[in-house]
Amino acid sequence: MRIRYLLPALVLVGLVLLFAFGLQHDPRQIPSPLIGKPAPAFTLRLLGEQTPYTQEQLRGRPLLVNFWASWCAGCLVEHPFLMELARRGVEIVGIDYKDTDTEALRWLARHGNPYRTIAADTEGRAGLDWGVYGVPETFVLDAQGIIVYKHIGPLDEEAWRTKIAPLLAGGAG
Amino acid sequence: MIPELGHFALLAALAVAIIQGTFPFVGVWRRDARLMAVGVSAAQAQFVLILIAYACLTWAFVERDWSVAYVAANAHSQLPLMYRISAVWGAHEGSMLLWVLILAGWSAAVSLFSRSLPADVQAQVLAVLGALAVGFLLFILLTSNPFDRIFPVPEDGRDLNPLLQDPGLVIHPPLLYMGYVGFSVAFAFAIAALIGGRLDAAWARWTRPWTTLAWLFLTLGITLGSWWAYHELGWGGWWFWDPVENASFMPWLVGTALIHSLAVTEKRGLLKSWTVLLAILAFALSLLGTFLVRSGVLVSVHAFATDPARGVFILTFLAVVLGIAFALYAWRAPRFAADGELQWLSREGLLLLNNVFLVIAAAAVLIGTLYPLVIDAFGLGKISVGPPYFNAVFIPLTAPLVLFVGLASAVGWKRARWPEVWPRIRLALFIALGVGVCLPWLLHRHIQPAAVAGAFLALWTLIMACEEPWRRWRARGRRGIAQIPRAVWGMTVAHIGLGVWVLGLTFVTLYHIERDVRLGPGQSAEVGAYRFELQSVTPRPGPNYDADQALVVVTRDAEVIARLKPERRRYRAQGTVMTEAAVDHTPLRDLYVALAEPLEGGDWALRIYFKPMMRLVWLGGVLMAIGGLLAASDRRYRLARWAAHPAARIDGVPA
Repeated sequence: MRIRYLLPALVLVGLVLLFAFGLQHDPRQIPSPLIGKPAPAFTLRLLGEQTPYTQEQLRGRPLLVNFWASWCAGCLVEHPFLMELARRGVEIVGIDYKDTDTEALRWLARHGNPYRTIAADTEGRAGLDWGVYGVPETFVLDAQGIIVYKHIGPLDEEAWRTKIAPLLAGGAG
Repeated sequence: MIPELGHFALLAALAVAIIQGTFPFVGVWRRDARLMAVGVSAAQAQFVLILIAYACLTWAFVERDWSVAYVAANAHSQLPLMYRISAVWGAHEGSMLLWVLILAGWSAAVSLFSRSLPADVQAQVLAVLGALAVGFLLFILLTSNPFDRIFPVPEDGRDLNPLLQDPGLVIHPPLLYMGYVGFSVAFAFAIAALIGGRLDAAWARWTRPWTTLAWLFLTLGITLGSWWAYHELGWGGWWFWDPVENASFMPWLVGTALIHSLAVTEKRGLLKSWTVLLAILAFALSLLGTFLVRSGVLVSVHAFATDPARGVFILTFLAVVLGIAFALYAWRAPRFAADGELQWLSREGLLLLNNVFLVIAAAAVLIGTLYPLVIDAFGLGKISVGPPYFNAVFIPLTAPLVLFVGLASAVGWKRARWPEVWPRIRLALFIALGVGVCLPWLLHRHIQPAAVAGAFLALWTLIMACEEPWRRWRARGRRGIAQIPRAVWGMTVAHIGLGVWVLGLTFVTLYHIERDVRLGPGQSAEVGAYRFELQSVTPRPGPNYDADQALVVVTRDAEVIARLKPERRRYRAQGTVMTEAAVDHTPLRDLYVALAEPLEGGDWALRIYFKPMMRLVWLGGVLMAIGGLLAASDRRYRLARWAAHPAARIDGVPA
């Protein structure tokens, strides 16, 4: 048996090992180039109102910025946990992504509102600048308005405990 | 009740597949003709059983049986009937069912149309296909059962992903799967050749039509997918180098190499072990494609639900199937070493060169697709590889490939000499160069070196594709043309398709104009020589969505060219928003308008594109597929059957 005929088998072994590794890692942990940078600028209005709302108003205290929409199934999944966080006193700013005010307000009335403030990003412009792949996505901002972490997909207790709470504790202290 | 019947039919199919995957092997080993013959009836029985299961699931969709979890997740009471039927393959479980249905279909086709094969070869081929079916059926039954019930029964379904509610996407997955799964036949032939140690011109002749058929379905599937993305995603793009697209493109590249390598093996008895390797690789890449799409190892715009348990199963399956295949290859392939000598300046030499380019191109795509995973594995962070990498690597690899395609048709088998070849290509070379320089200037009044190079390559391919028919015409006139076998016509048409594709690709890439504009009713924007006026935006309700439809009138020199009606749809069940672009097209240009978002004050954001020769890209794909069809239906394959097994004629068995 000559060695070159074994080559395909060796390549296969390498690939299988690689994939076995890949399966253990969450592909959704995509790095955001924005981490460590100030929150991108936006000028939105508050949901259901005409009052303007900009990134300036995110400064001064650590908080979560949660992109969501009434049409998004994942948002409903994470919703009870966001309600729980709100009860624990965490400030969550919601950005209603590519949605209409009426439907968003109806959704909140039906399920409850975990947000202190909600900005309406009807056209998805802010989402584009923030590098949002899809909703829900949650950004963790420190008191200086710097993005310190980004979570893609529904937020849960585990992600909160292992990733986000330590950051907020550090930022606040 | 009906869904349980479907579930039961799948279980029965698994039992039959196990028989199909084992008995014929034992039969070959014991030289027992009756055991070998089990493969044929098992393959047909398995197909019928899976068809029943498939029909049961379709029934559940048609009847809106929300108690079936898969139906509830992928349909809605207002979803039109056509999409309820196509929703069967709208998500993971159903597409895997479609996959095994197609696998069983190919396997039944082999059992029907390969009766002239030697009994042991046929038995082994069917047994390999049966063993593959066992793996996929286990996968469905253990990890992705589409017949699972849900309780309490939802009041209504969650609706089919709106992206998939388009006629193009109704037939895109079946075509693609026909291609993917079709390579399993070539794979089975390769394994049979490795086990039996028999690899000759007859083997290549049996394998060729199956491979060509699978390849033509894959070609059509990819072309349709690109056409769909262009119309439905609203960005005017037609190829995104998305992992899922790459997953279908890699088997296509290797399959193309396989078709050409089979030709060399049949005509000259060379490249045998290389051909077998390509047959294994083409199917390996199809399996890999399935793994990449279904396991969620890579993130992609194709939003299929992902589940790690499924990933582990497919990975294990992949490792077992390919591990056995490559081990057999390492053990048996050395005996296929060719005795003949290979000259570079000969048709087989150039075909081998093309093969190498195709395989390197496939490897480049594979590396680009897996690179993010590798980087992650070595802890170097997470990155994504975009179109810049693929374009930078792919174009230098395909340009010489296209050059050789033209050259190969002017070069004879065995050995050629430049003094013979040069007079055949001289004229074509000069015409292609001359027209290649003029074309960009004539069409766009602007010459770019890349456009000249692309136009030259395209014209060179087009002219050289007609070389063989032209030579026969000159030699024998009309009779010469009439005597051209379909296989040669197939090659000619497919290569014309390649030329047309290169032409379209070059011009649409280099001369397209894209503009994002903000328009109110009555306002207009100019793109190239065309003026686009937004006349109105009116609501227009659909069956399960509400749409805003714009009327955009396109004029050129005050003459109305087209009235385009792009739509922006909001699907009621999930609230998802989709754009339906409107396109006015001629072979030379597309005018593309997509309605993006409403802005304040009644204005709308619109995306307006001018895309020269866009249609040619897809026309090229369709021509390649037609070429494949002509080649696969060549008389020779039908005659070969009689010749290989004269007894069939006496028995009166239809071949």
